[in-house]
Parts: sequence; C-alpha cells; structure tokens
Amino acid sequence: MKLNLKEKIDLQKKDWILIAIIVFVAGLAFLLHGLIGGKGAGCVTVKVKGEIQGVYSLAEDRVIEINDGTNILKIRNGTADMAKANCPDKLCVNQRAISKNGESIICLPNEVVVTVDSSENSEFDAVAQ
Amino acid sequence: MGERKALGGSTLGDRVAYFGVFTALALIFSYVETLIPIQFGIPGVKLGLANLVIVAVLYKATLKEAYLLTVVRVLLAGFIFGNYFSIIYSLAGALLSLSVMALLKRAGGFSVIGVSIAGGVFHNIGQLLIAMAVVETFQVVYYVPALLIAGLLTGCVIGILTREMLKRLVNLKF
Repeated sequence: MKLNLKEKIDLQKKDWILIAIIVFVAGLAFLLHGLIGGKGAGCVTVKVKGEIQGVYSLAEDRVIEINDGTNILKIRNGTADMAKANCPDKLCVNQRAISKNGESIICLPNEVVVTVDSSENSEFDAVAQ
Repeated sequence: MGERKALGGSTLGDRVAYFGVFTALALIFSYVETLIPIQFGIPGVKLGLANLVIVAVLYKATLKEAYLLTVVRVLLAGFIFGNYFSIIYSLAGALLSLSVMALLKRAGGFSVIGVSIAGGVFHNIGQLLIAMAVVETFQVVYYVPALLIAGLLTGCVIGILTREMLKRLVNLKF
C-alpha cells in the first residue's frame, strides 16, 4: 500500500498523518467486515425501496425477477449475480457475484438492494426499517 | 489570498471571464472522463478529473467561487452526461469534499496533495451517505474500505496534477 510519489512532490508531515489515518480506518473497516461477515451459503435478501421483497436461499440455483422485471438476479453455485437491469449505468450488472455474509449488490436508480445474510446470523434484519 | 501581482487585476469582468473559463474546463474534464472510464474494479469509482479544477480554484480564488463553480459544474455535467440520480450523488460528494478541503486548507500544514486526498476520500463518503439514505440500508458500509482507498489514490493523482497546474498559474489570480 506504498504510494508511488515523485521525489519532487514534497508532502508535508500532516499529509502523511492524513494518509495514515485513512489507510488505518480502511484497514479497520475491512477487518471488521471480515469478522462480522462469515462464510457459508446463506440466503440473499432482496429489498426494493427499503422494503423486503423476498429472501432466497443461495443453495439452489434460480432466476429471480425483481421489481416486475426491472432487475434480474441469478443465483448459481452459491453466488448471486445481477444479470440484467434496465438502468442506464449498469453498475450493478457489472459488479461481481456476491456470496459472503454482508456483501451486497445495489442498483441505485431502481433502489434495489440485494444482500447476503447467513441463515443463522440474521442480525441485519433488525437494522432494516 | 495573497496580494501578489495579478495577471489582469480582479475587476468583476475579469472574475466573470475566469469563472467562465474554469467552468468550461471543469465541464471538459467531466466529458473527458466519460470518454476514458478508468476502471478501478469497484462500481462507481472515477478519477474525478473535474476535481482538478475545483482544487485549483480553491487555491486561486475565493471559497465562494469554489462553491459556486462546484454547483454549476455538477448541475451542467449532470444535465449533459448524467441523470437525476447522478446529480444528487455528485452534488453530495462534491459539496462535502469541497467543505473538507476548505477546512484543511484553512487549518494549514497540508500540501495541495493532502488537501486533494481528503477531498477524494470525502467525495466518496458523501456519496456513500446519500446511497445509505436512498436505499435505506447500512449494508453499503461494506464498500467503506474500498472507497477510502480509492479516494486516497484518486485524490493523490488529482493533487499531484493540481500542484503542477498551480505551479504554472502563479501569475493568475481572480
């Protein structure tokens, strides 16, 4: 994580402190996520505009139409992947498949959120409004 | 702003002209960015070339003008290249980013690169906050490490570029 800076760029001491803090917080958040998000096939929760539309197991392969077909989610080999979306940017479609607890695919234009919860650990349900 | 020698003084006419030039430059950078999407492997992460102009204006002009330019640039770029959503996200990110940059600049002790890094990071944080509000979930927190590091790297690149730009604009003041 060393930055390749040209020697004539004289970064101040405070700059390095800032960089260190950012890297530290990023590392901390990463570790926290690693601790909370366990592995193992759980289920995916599909939410549209903050409301839960359905919970599907990652164990069985299937194709889910979300929001009357604006988004199509494919579950295959224990992972969930957004196969189609009618939004212009297609960020959710380009995103890689999710399988770990806490991972999510989000389609902002359609306000679709797909998150992985392990079957035992469903503490996140309490967070959702 | 120091009272250094100015290229063309700073009458209202000059300021309007410079503001127009910087607005055009920011828009061109926004356009260039849509042509060359630099992929970082994370959805939504961009280099933020237009931020180069914002940081430069923050150093060359008043804070008021930097804010005005930010809003004008985001609205214009949004209408031309984006959509309703991209305007909201860009605005949240850009305004938070500029506020933090202005604070760090005023605090002193940071180089342009440090200020720009903070700008990059808080641009991402601002957008993340809006994303959390829109989708009503905290799950997006998952992206925090990636967004922080991405903001750090893009902010660093923009900082270095801005530094080179400022070196060549010593005589410009508006």
